[in-house]
Amino acid sequence: MANNVSLSVNGKSVSASVEANVLLVDFLRDNLGLTGTNIACDTSQCGSCTLLLDGLPVKSCSLLVVQADGCDVITIEGLASETVLHPMQQAFQDNHGLQCGFCTPGMVMAGIGMVERRRAAGSGLPSDEEIRSALEGNICRCTGYHNIVKSVAQGAKTMLQGEG
Amino acid sequence: MSNNASINGGVGSGISHDSTKKHANGTAVYVDDIRVPENALHLYAFPSPHAHAEITAMDLSEVESADGVALVLTADDITGMNDVSPTHSGDDPLLADGKVMFQGQAIFAVAADSLNQARAAAQLAKISFKPLPAILSINEALAQDSFVFTPQVMAQGDAEGELKNAKNTLSGKLNIGGQDHFYLEGQASLVIPQEDGDVLVHCSTQHPSEVQTHVAQVLGVERNAVTVEVRRMGGGFGGKETQASPWAALAAMTAQKTGRPAKMRLVRDDDMIMTGKRHPFQISYEVGFDDAGIVTALDMTLVSDCGHSLDLSRAINDRALFHADNCYYIPNMRVTGLKCRTNKVSNTAFRGFGAPQGMMAIEEVMDQVAQKLGKDPLAVRQANLYNASNNTTHYGMVVEDNVAPEIIAQLKTASNYDKRRAEIEEFNANNEFVKKGIALTPLKFGISFTTKFLNQAGALIHIYADGSVQLNHGGTEMGQGLFTKVAQIVANTLNIDLEHIKITATNTGKVPNTSPTAASSGTDMNGMAAKLAAEKLIDRLRQFAIEHYGVAEGDVKFLPNRVKVGKQTFSFKEFVNAAYMERIQLSATGFYATPKINFDPETGKGRPFLYFSYGASVSEVEVDTLTGEAEVVRVDILHDVGRSLNPTIDLGQIEGGFIQGVGWLTNEELFWNDDGALATHAPSTYKIPTMGDRPDIFNITLFDNENMEDTVYKSKAVGEPPFMLAISTYRAIWQVTKGNLDAPATPEAILKACGEPS
Ligand code: FES
Ligand code: FES
Repeated sequence: MANNVSLSVNGKSVSASVEANVLLVDFLRDNLGLTGTNIACDTSQCGSCTLLLDGLPVKSCSLLVVQADGCDVITIEGLASETVLHPMQQAFQDNHGLQCGFCTPGMVMAGIGMVERRRAAGSGLPSDEEIRSALEGNICRCTGYHNIVKSVAQGAKTMLQGEG
Repeated sequence: MSNNASINGGVGSGISHDSTKKHANGTAVYVDDIRVPENALHLYAFPSPHAHAEITAMDLSEVESADGVALVLTADDITGMNDVSPTHSGDDPLLADGKVMFQGQAIFAVAADSLNQARAAAQLAKISFKPLPAILSINEALAQDSFVFTPQVMAQGDAEGELKNAKNTLSGKLNIGGQDHFYLEGQASLVIPQEDGDVLVHCSTQHPSEVQTHVAQVLGVERNAVTVEVRRMGGGFGGKETQASPWAALAAMTAQKTGRPAKMRLVRDDDMIMTGKRHPFQISYEVGFDDAGIVTALDMTLVSDCGHSLDLSRAINDRALFHADNCYYIPNMRVTGLKCRTNKVSNTAFRGFGAPQGMMAIEEVMDQVAQKLGKDPLAVRQANLYNASNNTTHYGMVVEDNVAPEIIAQLKTASNYDKRRAEIEEFNANNEFVKKGIALTPLKFGISFTTKFLNQAGALIHIYADGSVQLNHGGTEMGQGLFTKVAQIVANTLNIDLEHIKITATNTGKVPNTSPTAASSGTDMNGMAAKLAAEKLIDRLRQFAIEHYGVAEGDVKFLPNRVKVGKQTFSFKEFVNAAYMERIQLSATGFYATPKINFDPETGKGRPFLYFSYGASVSEVEVDTLTGEAEVVRVDILHDVGRSLNPTIDLGQIEGGFIQGVGWLTNEELFWNDDGALATHAPSTYKIPTMGDRPDIFNITLFDNENMEDTVYKSKAVGEPPFMLAISTYRAIWQVTKGNLDAPATPEAILKACGEPS
């Protein structure tokens, strides 16, 4: 049975009629052409498909579109302006925080989610330890995570303290 | 930005790779991201529920009539050959024909409007099986003489005789587990039908030419009707060398029969169940040694579990034999390789390609010898190293570029090995349940495909009249930074900024008959081919300048981003345009075939490698002997990449390879149940290293060295060797358990090895 849903995706409102069993990640990729959100494990265990739902990082491979009805969705494509990368994206570029890049969008989104949570809680800059524990649910098969942690640390610093 | 002093992004600069920004903003396109036309079909392959069975009846009528289904494919529908064996051994059917050989083998495929429809439809199949006895372990295979190929022996001296004469002997066994590649991007292919029944195949593969070959073979057409393209993969590690073809072939059959685009992406569980992995090995050995710990004789057998078909198992087992000496000279050595056929998924290439298992074997021997003599394991290792006079391997190759002794000595000092080892002994004496271990292991890894004909590569370079360059070669990009390194090489050779060089997707229509991007040889071979192509262009341009401007050869200088001809200086762009106006050909191919190599399997002798890469690592671990939990607390690595083409990328490879190796040896356990079903087919049960697993202290240094062979800018390959640095982690844990430790050293294995607390 089709359901009418309306949600905001990267600041644009989207209304569609979708079957109840359509996953959010498939809807974004297949219907909206937002293929930056990657599918790697299909079962909510790798973090590749992480995006922000009402500001919180969620794994979109195990979320139905109907569950996102009325929500505000930000994907990797919704972070940068035409010319300037989001500080977290910039940090991954600056620190060679990737190899094959398949895990990267999920890492970036999970990193931003962590920083926003800390901002809300007023808990300041994360330590490497805290980054590691916050992003434990995001796996990468290529790197040894070192540059990913470095990237997230830089991204967090810029987000929380500004460029300087 | 042009600069007169030097170019941007040349050889040696530590730039991040070319697609970094696209990965960070989500615009990098993988196969699954290619926009499919509305009428595209999606495929699902039905996996065998049995490890070994005859198919006695198959009724797919309900599958055919299910919602959205356009086509059902069985072995009978294959117009060409029902085989996707990489070595043409004929034992890798695309779809099962009459019998199944492993749990997970594709029996039929369904193409439907959506993947969900295809998958739902497949469940309606009515298939009757007559189960047959299945061989599910190396021991069962050995007992039944079940092999995929004949044994290989490599030997020097008289191992048997000298074992009898040895002062001390000991023997032992070691079981080593397999490993799933767990590339984050699973297998994926998209086939677009073309004119004349031709197909364009977008495929996530390390071996586009093999996919082309298999697709053509299955369709029953010539290879010129099949074009395979790959821009990038989301990881490969060897798992997309031979394992990409079946899915591409099924999609191609669908496209051919329906005229509709067809896509096949394996979901993770299917990917893990249906595709091959690293080979489990069983090692047995008998070693003779003197009181100083010098190994005088060694007889070793390396048995690999190849799964149901040959695939690349011959070369993989051979590579294990080639590395069973690691860095050590053993005057009387015999090593035998046996390749077992079992009713499991066919095991395949995975970073290291057998060498890790070969090195694990000899490192076990070194620690056993040291333990027996009560010596420092590192001292025993050092005493056995190849040196200037003892430098011939058991397969007859002379080790000419040995830097293992220097690397070990440097690392030993830099990591404070002696002091820490003493501290650890003291710690262990004072702690009953938590124990520490430390180990230093070296590595020597042979570079070249041991299958000689694969050591060839081609490149294609166009310079456009505006001075911009398009680069293409046979290598594929899987995150290792190959495309960037080759572009850096071309930038250097043409002496222009990297930003003018456009990297393009690997395409069988541009560079034909390519070898897989494997054996760590991607940069060595494709970089050299590209360099040769660029040099051809420079030669042509120089000749043009001499003739057109009437100057002597020495008066033409290719300076950074400009060309000096006599007293005149042109920008590269102006100069190229002038050459174009004078009808100079600005496109060139380059071709490289690795020199010096040969190997004769009959005699087990030759020079299979152009050179060796070296490295060493020290790992320190802390083991809770009551829970079996081990933590890697510190790692120091010193690794040889020759003259680094790109230190940032090389360091990334070393770190990533090491961590992947630690995964293999500590927490990645593949478990098959008694029916031959893989129980660990998702990350819920199969644990690859996560962010928290990284050692607290992790120092990686590049060894100052240059390749003594004539490789591209004196660099050395880096893809696989660092994987084997992880062996020190396993050895450090072994220092705590003092033996009885199978790999992977999971908490369970450690606990078992520690025995009951007294
Ligand atoms: S694809 Fe969603 S968590 Fe892995
Ligand atoms: S960069 Fe390949 S999975 Fe993370």
